[in-house]
Amino acid sequence: MIPAAFDYVRPESVGEAVGALAGAEAAGSEAKVLAGGQSLLPLLRMRLAFPDLVVDVGRIPGLRGVRDDGDALLIGAMTTHHEVVADPLVRRHAGLLAAATATVADPAVRHLGTLGGSLAHADPAADLPAVALALDAELTAVGPRGRRTVPAREFFTDYLTTALEPGELLTGIRVPKYDGWGFRYEKFSRTAQAWALVGVAAAVRCAGGRIAEARIGLTSMGPTPVRAAAVEAALAGAQAAEEPVAEAASAAAEGTRPAADLSGSAAYRAHLARVLTRRAVLAAAGPA
Amino acid sequence: MSRISVTVDGTTYEDDVEPRLLLVHYLRDRLGLTGTPVGCDTGNCGACTVDVSGASVKSCSMLAVQADGAEVTTIQGLAADGRWHPLQRAFHEEHGLQCGYCTPGMILAARDLLRANPHPTAEEVRHGLEGNLCRCTGYQNIVRAVLAAADAGAGTGADSGADTGGEAAI
Ligand SMILES: Cc1cc2nc3c(=O)[nH]c(=O)nc-3n(C[C@H](O)[C@H](O)[C@H](O)COP(=O)(O)OP(=O)(O)OC[C@H]3O[C@@H](n4cnc5c(N)ncnc54)[C@H](O)[C@@H]3O)c2cc1C
Ligand code: FES
Ligand code: FES
Repeated sequence: MIPAAFDYVRPESVGEAVGALAGAEAAGSEAKVLAGGQSLLPLLRMRLAFPDLVVDVGRIPGLRGVRDDGDALLIGAMTTHHEVVADPLVRRHAGLLAAATATVADPAVRHLGTLGGSLAHADPAADLPAVALALDAELTAVGPRGRRTVPAREFFTDYLTTALEPGELLTGIRVPKYDGWGFRYEKFSRTAQAWALVGVAAAVRCAGGRIAEARIGLTSMGPTPVRAAAVEAALAGAQAAEEPVAEAASAAAEGTRPAADLSGSAAYRAHLARVLTRRAVLAAAGPA
Repeated sequence: MSRISVTVDGTTYEDDVEPRLLLVHYLRDRLGLTGTPVGCDTGNCGACTVDVSGASVKSCSMLAVQADGAEVTTIQGLAADGRWHPLQRAFHEEHGLQCGYCTPGMILAARDLLRANPHPTAEEVRHGLEGNLCRCTGYQNIVRAVLAAADAGAGTGADSGADTGGEAAI
């Protein structure tokens, strides 16, 4: 399978990249951003995407790496999955992100695929959008009208669709530090290297044997990642023990719209969401 | 056309390529390095795995233009001075292949794994080779081969490692 022909540019700065995207738009042609290519290349090969121009932002200095920003981490959009998993700051302050990223695909895909690419692609079966949502991350984008910040809650708008406007480049992700929180990413898939049938990203803060606060994001439970709001509410103040957690987790599928496909029915996904939420919360609340 | 400069298995090439050209097609069709096969063509099987500047990648999922300036190692660049790489030797000795289609990718992925973790457990080998499918062996002998190569020092020091003989057949 060979992609349709396209023009290719490799800008060296964010400004140049945004300029290239704007130029294409003005000319009425379609441009696509290329990050690691691990989602875009399959689309190009299957000719589900056939842009006139590919803007390779993979080598823009400054879009890659993790920085300490006081009460949060700033992660460049082009930071690869491999780098996220290994990064000491991420492991220390946002362990949920490191743990979930380690379950993405396989080592070779993680060497090229990027955090920004995964979030911009917004596949509902992808693991990292649900994590960004659970952690209340903020996404920074730069476009022809300048820079803006979008909370994860407003970023994922529909199936493979985000709040990014045409011509906007996602540049970074701001993840608050979750020091002292427990976390767990529970992912259910049928084979080793498969996508999540359902995934549950849980961050839990405990105090004196009780759950003070819980944040839970669900993968593959609808066209966008969703927060298990009913579970979070039920967990606030609950005892960090099997029964109350199971009781709270029974609300995990509330308000979700899971798809039915070859991998599983909607009812099966709802069942998985409840079971995995219970497991994830118990693990996150358990002794570290 | 885009101008690229890529070093493959120690030789530097300058070429004009169409931006849509996949790295695996560049290796096979332009450079004639057919040791890297195409399996699934969807990014799932890992048969096309090569090393790009120190990291395993699936060459069917990367554009040749993305490899501009990079150093690529394929299965054809592993043997040194007529001697097999310890992983090649171990796959041979432990019967880690049947049809051999997955082998170049398996070996490049295993090389990547051993670089990061020179003495993995069997479980870590299985996990590290998650992106590489084999339709023949049932994986047992592949895992055995990687563990044997690790024992032979494949993950430590230079690539020529502790290899003690054997003809380079490829
Ligand atoms: C075999 C295989 C298995 C996989 N398994 C999983 C899995 O289990 N879980 C999982 O979560 N993911 C999985 N993935 C997807 C993987 O995580 C991708 O790396 C990721 O989805 C895309 O990141 P990328 O950097 O490769 O983006 P690209 O493929 O380069 O881009 C993806 C899309 O986002 C847009 N885009 C990228 N960067 C930006 C930006 N900075 N600003 C604006 N738009 C941008 C592109 O235009 C494109 O439309 C798998 C992929 C493969 C090939
Ligand atoms: S041919 Fe590249 S992953 Fe299968
Ligand atoms: S030996 Fe035939 S596919 Fe692995």
